[in-house]
Amino acid sequence: MNVKEVAERLSLNVFSAPEGLDREVAGGYSSDLLSDVMGHAQEGQIWITLQTHKNIMAVASLKDLAAIILVKGFVPDQDTLELSAKEGIPVLGTKMQAFELSGKLYEMLK
Amino acid sequence: MNLEFKVEGGDFTLAGNASSQIKKMLKQLNVDPRIVKRVVIALYEAEVNIVAHAYRGVIYAEIDPRGVRLKLEDEGPGIPDINQAMTPGFSTASAQVREMGFGAGMGLPNISENADEFKIESEVGKGTTLFINFKF
Repeated sequence: MNVKEVAERLSLNVFSAPEGLDREVAGGYSSDLLSDVMGHAQEGQIWITLQTHKNIMAVASLKDLAAIILVKGFVPDQDTLELSAKEGIPVLGTKMQAFELSGKLYEMLK
Repeated sequence: MNLEFKVEGGDFTLAGNASSQIKKMLKQLNVDPRIVKRVVIALYEAEVNIVAHAYRGVIYAEIDPRGVRLKLEDEGPGIPDINQAMTPGFSTASAQVREMGFGAGMGLPNISENADEFKIESEVGKGTTLFINFKF
């Protein structure tokens, strides 16, 4: 399954990097601690978080993550959008909170 | 091959730039992706530590057929108790840094878990130097 299918099935907003929607999704990781994601997320996963600053893009790029989904209606900072476009890694968004979104994504990907 | 990057303390907008450059270089050199992943985790944590805790620092990376050797030398407050700093969950990060999702006390343990060799030298009031080595 790619990021586009995930975005469509969960009715996610696409904030940035639509060219990255064909990235393949290997799984998901839910965390708001950057060191936790750095240490334990795996390549190709979608990262679910409420952090909106541009360092999330640095982490996503270094870990080769498929995309980031912001929960609870959070929107990315302007420089996050710019780095997302540069890296080609989409930032998506939803009004759902992390527990609900993680559950739905888990069901879809299992 | 020798690379050198300057890191400014307190400037989170550029945190990860050096790690990103070194990752690109390792990929170009066809280094085993499993090793690249470990280098990237350790290096990013060490880079963020300079940004979060020090005034400024320099990252030296040496890549040759035997492996990758990183040295991160900072001017900063230093670490009074290295064993305590290595304890998972222990952190002296500011509230502001924690709100960003950094400073959870996972940095040094992450480095230790991913490196083949890891050594810290620190002098309070002067600065800290990390030596992080990976073997091919």
